[in-house]
Amino acid sequence: MRIHRFEKLWLAAAFVLIAAFIATIVYGSLGAGVAMVGDEGGTVNPDNPTASDNFRDPGVYQTGDGEYAVYVEARQFAFSPGTNQPIRVPADAEVTFHVTSGDVTHGFELVGTNVNTMVIPGQVAELTVEFDEARTHHIVCHEYCGAAHHAMEGTIEVVPRDQFEAQNDVPEVSD
Amino acid sequence: MAFVDKFPNEAKLVRWHFGVGFIALAIGGLFGLVQALYRTGYFRDALPIDASQYYTVLTGHGVLLALVFTTFLICGFFVWAVTRSLDRQLAHQRVAWVGFLSMLVGTVLAALTILNGFAPEIPFGSADVLYTFYAPLQAHPAFYVGAALLIVGSWIVGAEYFLTYREWRADNPDERIPLQTFMVLATFIMWYLSSLGVAVEVLAFLIPWSLGWISQVDPLLTRTLFWYFGHPVVYFWLLPAYLAWYTILPKLAGGKLFSDPLARIVFVLFVLLSTPVGFHHQYTDPGIAEGFKFIAMTNTFMLLLPSLLTAFTVVASLEHGARQRGAKGYFGWLRALPWGQPAFSAMALAGLVFAAGGFSGMINAGMNINYLIHNTIWVPGHFHLTVGTAFALTMMGVSYWLVPQITGKQLQHKTIAAVQPFVWVVGMTLMSNAMHRGGLAGLPRRTAKPLFRGEGAAPFDPVVGSIAEMQLQIALGGTLLFVALAMFLVVMTGTWLSRSGVGQLSVNGTIPSPLSGPADSPRILDNLKVWAGIAVVLVIIAYGLPLYSMLADGILSPGAGLLAPLLGL
Repeated sequence: MRIHRFEKLWLAAAFVLIAAFIATIVYGSLGAGVAMVGDEGGTVNPDNPTASDNFRDPGVYQTGDGEYAVYVEARQFAFSPGTNQPIRVPADAEVTFHVTSGDVTHGFELVGTNVNTMVIPGQVAELTVEFDEARTHHIVCHEYCGAAHHAMEGTIEVVPRDQFEAQNDVPEVSD
Repeated sequence: MAFVDKFPNEAKLVRWHFGVGFIALAIGGLFGLVQALYRTGYFRDALPIDASQYYTVLTGHGVLLALVFTTFLICGFFVWAVTRSLDRQLAHQRVAWVGFLSMLVGTVLAALTILNGFAPEIPFGSADVLYTFYAPLQAHPAFYVGAALLIVGSWIVGAEYFLTYREWRADNPDERIPLQTFMVLATFIMWYLSSLGVAVEVLAFLIPWSLGWISQVDPLLTRTLFWYFGHPVVYFWLLPAYLAWYTILPKLAGGKLFSDPLARIVFVLFVLLSTPVGFHHQYTDPGIAEGFKFIAMTNTFMLLLPSLLTAFTVVASLEHGARQRGAKGYFGWLRALPWGQPAFSAMALAGLVFAAGGFSGMINAGMNINYLIHNTIWVPGHFHLTVGTAFALTMMGVSYWLVPQITGKQLQHKTIAAVQPFVWVVGMTLMSNAMHRGGLAGLPRRTAKPLFRGEGAAPFDPVVGSIAEMQLQIALGGTLLFVALAMFLVVMTGTWLSRSGVGQLSVNGTIPSPLSGPADSPRILDNLKVWAGIAVVLVIIAYGLPLYSMLADGILSPGAGLLAPLLGL
């Protein structure tokens, strides 16, 4: 088969580009430690997710030294916690979000960050985040979930770690 | 001899497909304008919809343009391509008409349920579920039945291409498949394999569930079946544009296709790789192991290869054409191209815009970079460059060239037509660049009012520009796009209604043979059964295990056990 010389060069360059793209992603997850959502969160009963073995009452829990877990239930059109009261978490700690839905599919995104997951009934999205500065983050629901979807939002308050640990009202659980 | 004179029945079939497609384009385009003006806050109060009806408009825009307009244009365009390149009539006209009617009835059913969101007295019920219709959001059963009829109708029209090819093959046992027919058959093999996913989703789950025959469906399983179809469908849109760029555009540039063998290889790669990639729309989905997402990503990046090859071949063909017209210099040939001809400029500009869309697509495809832009307005910014321009503007270019040939009428309003592609591209540049930048700042898609807490405390922090400037560009760009759409429809309506038989048609349908012909490539390329077989194996590798685990933890409800809800437990 006849292929023009320029076309062969182009083909080779295309392969290099593809290999480079895949290499950056592999480096990102193995080298730089960019966490992604997988199937680690497990499943829950979509009709009553917070009562499932795999979930807790929505809220913030301490799971170890500098390790916290946040359980969030999304429902039309609020995050619990997050919408009616902000989610308070410490900076410079390992915060693992467990997010599920009690009705339809929602989204959970901290604006301007790569903390971003789909929230699917029956599934628990699990993602671990380290906040490196104390500030407020805004949560948006980014998947259409019904007539008032655009009103579904919330906030996360990241407070300095020592200040957070001083408040002493975060339940400890082994997890 | 014009196509309509040689194949009057086939021309009629193409006309009906295009006609329905143009009506869908008109309504869907109007909805797009309403969205742009509502979402950005311009004229929000003047528009006759409320925030919840924004989603009715959005559903209509997506379904009518991404599913209806595309499918009708593609099926009609392919009738022309098969008939012309095999130089024979369709084998069983009636089959194609049955397919067309099925698509038409499906479209009317789905459209009525969507319009019900504006006026409850319209029959059936509502369907404010967007074009992705993720369960457990539920539409009226008529919406799902309509979607199924549209897909199945396209399968039936597709069967016509294969039946006609079979008859041609019986008469020409030793010839290579003509290039356009090869492209049509390859596209439809991919389409049969991939649209199976949405057909199973709709027929096995959503219709029974919306009728109350089963109590629930598994949201992750159904959306996985949707995306099994939802990415390949973009190649179902793209490959007809490629057919036009490979076979019509070089001729309009004054030359001929650079390489027939490379064109065949490109289409074979799309048959193989288009389907096992759907998980890249689900990178942020829980319940799917990262390994499966990684396989999908690798396949997705491999798909860059056929698109980069296409860029080479199409540009080389254009340069060849320009040099045939006497152009000189490294870049001087660009000026020698017939930019004043709307058929050429629409297709060439569409190709150019597609290059930009390809680059933002590479970001989407990156498994971890994707987290920054997933479900932000970046994503519609991307696909308005691809389906919204690479496909739509190419089909407008095709229409400028083909509608005279299928109607036997001169193209009318030539000045409007000559300006139209440029208006489209200016509008799209304004709208899409703002959408991409807004997405980087976290501005969500699919929302009536994107600004946090109403209008004030917007947390969005753009890298370049301001949110207000982006909103203005989106509103302005959307308006220009609507103007360009109206210009296109004026030209089409004027042409359609003009008197026939006035003067000589200024287009001719002959397509010169390529610089490097099919004889330069191995015959195995034409063995579509082999490629279809390998494609099925790749799909099983990519989807076998994850689909099995989604089914095994409960077909209708995760964690409940395989058949639990079915047995009433």
